[in-house]
Amino acid sequence: MAASTTTAPTEAGKTAATPGKAPGKVRARGQRSPLASFGLHATLAVAAVVAVFPVLWVLLTSLKPAQHAITTDFVKDPTLENYRYLVEETSFFTWFGNSLLVAGITTVLGVFIAATTGYAVSRFRFPGMKPLMWTLLITQMFPMAILIVPLYNLMGQLGLLNQPVGLIITYLTIAVPFCAWMMKGFFDTIPAEIDESGRVDGLTPFGTFWRLILPLARPGLAVTAFYSFITAWGEVAYASAFMVGDENLTLAGGLQTFVTQYTANWGPMTAASVLIAIPAAIFFVFAQRHLVAGMTAGATKG
Amino acid sequence: MAAHTSQSVAKAAGDETDVARGRSRRTDGPQRAANRGGLKRAFATHWYAWAMVAPVVLVLGIIIGWPLVRGVYLSLTDANERNVARTIGANHIEATYAFVGLDNYAAVLSDPVFWQRLVWTVVWTVACVTVTFALGLALANMLNREFKGRALYRMALILPWAVPGFVSVFAWRFLFNRDNGILNKLLDGGGIAAIPWLDDPTWAKLSVITVNVWLGIPFMMVALLGGLQSIPGELYEAAEMDGATTWQRFRHITLPGLRSVSMTVILLSTIWTFNMFPVIFLLTRGGPGDSTEILVTQAFREAFVASPRDFAGSATWGVLILALLMIFALVYRRALRKQGEVW
Repeated sequence: MAASTTTAPTEAGKTAATPGKAPGKVRARGQRSPLASFGLHATLAVAAVVAVFPVLWVLLTSLKPAQHAITTDFVKDPTLENYRYLVEETSFFTWFGNSLLVAGITTVLGVFIAATTGYAVSRFRFPGMKPLMWTLLITQMFPMAILIVPLYNLMGQLGLLNQPVGLIITYLTIAVPFCAWMMKGFFDTIPAEIDESGRVDGLTPFGTFWRLILPLARPGLAVTAFYSFITAWGEVAYASAFMVGDENLTLAGGLQTFVTQYTANWGPMTAASVLIAIPAAIFFVFAQRHLVAGMTAGATKG
Repeated sequence: MAAHTSQSVAKAAGDETDVARGRSRRTDGPQRAANRGGLKRAFATHWYAWAMVAPVVLVLGIIIGWPLVRGVYLSLTDANERNVARTIGANHIEATYAFVGLDNYAAVLSDPVFWQRLVWTVVWTVACVTVTFALGLALANMLNREFKGRALYRMALILPWAVPGFVSVFAWRFLFNRDNGILNKLLDGGGIAAIPWLDDPTWAKLSVITVNVWLGIPFMMVALLGGLQSIPGELYEAAEMDGATTWQRFRHITLPGLRSVSMTVILLSTIWTFNMFPVIFLLTRGGPGDSTEILVTQAFREAFVASPRDFAGSATWGVLILALLMIFALVYRRALRKQGEVW
């Protein structure tokens, strides 16, 4: 579907332009005057610069010696000094590892749970389904402020404070509701005949889901994984409330100790930012091919 | 044919009765299990579905359900830092806070601070969602064409999404810095006086909105781009045959085709923006003064910044926020129903 739409414009343009109705006014899609073409590229270029610049600027600053951090030159005496400092004189990599662990497990579990839930909601009618869909939507509305104090107490009672497990469970509650909605929309686009054929071949419902449907839902899974990872990787409030002690902190918490310590020292801060952005960026490069396709199904229906 | 497809796409969103899939019609609606036999039968029919959603129900029930109940209860007490159960050294001190009924709500609602925060929160939400949606729609439309470099532009435009929120906010603080930030240095180079991006109430409001729009556009754009690609190309071809102008095609094909995506993303992004804690907290801490404080940051301030930490007050703000959002969702849903959208 997506493929046919994207290729259609050019062909449609050739055929539709021939009848010659009010030339100039009716311009087929895929045909642009040079001026419109220029406008398109100019607008997109400006938007792209605005989107990229803040991140790029941090990257450039991280490569400058600390005393030149606030200059406006794009490049000035490039050096890796800030990174060396970060690696050798702070617990940066401990935090980094903690974050990676938490975000990784959240992603794997989140994708799995969201997929099973999405599939159940998409394929079965069962008592409690509609309330479940509503609950998933409403949990998006819960302000963190109302949950954080009771949740802190609850984690304390369960002995999960300062444990990665506590954070992982908390992040799942943030990521899974949205992901389940998206997966439901995605499964809705996969024809039910595929399920039928699986059943005819003697697969259990779970077997059908696991061996037939999941492989087809890869774009949806990519989006879900990306979303879960970003949510867990970038969360601040719970991470700083639940985790204490230098060796237990995740990046969000670790960076905060850093800010108070070196308020005016932009150099190491920017270097830390760059290193933090790298795993997310890698994930993004893998997922971005699927993002649009995944959202096509997920968001239209979700 | 094409019109029919898009119609069913629009209607499928959470539609209980639209069961196009044969096998999902195994039961005709929820069997109200009046007796044990019915319950057993219901279990026999539905255990697969229930087993598949069980993890979600369990996790949500424990991690959200219980704290929520507890939060609502706290809002009806006078709990604060000094009277909750706590351990100082070896001594364990029992909680001494008491049930006070709706006093907290009366106090908050009669306080002009609440109404100031509410007005700014609504302004902030409406401004952010409108601007993000408009720009996201424009960019999605541009990216939905064939031209050279499309993939490159798309990647650049989605980039803000891939960067963790606190890193981007930090980047923006760096840009906005009054004395050393690049924005003011550039203005200075052009002979324009430095702008107090984060130090003046009005500028600070514009700055936080800008940053939030910057953060929000990628999601909006990707979702709408997905929606655009699911509009059948035949519709446009037919419209071209009939001599429709670009604007007419946009108005009568693109917009209606994006309806169901738009409804979902607008609802979600309204909820997210209303509760957008990190952007405001990390960028301005609610300041200067309290000019950019929204309801959520205020609730956080009550519980974690104010002294003594006021847990009951914070919970009260939290419950009020939740109530406002639920009312919004209900009104929104009703409005959609009136327009014939089943959701």
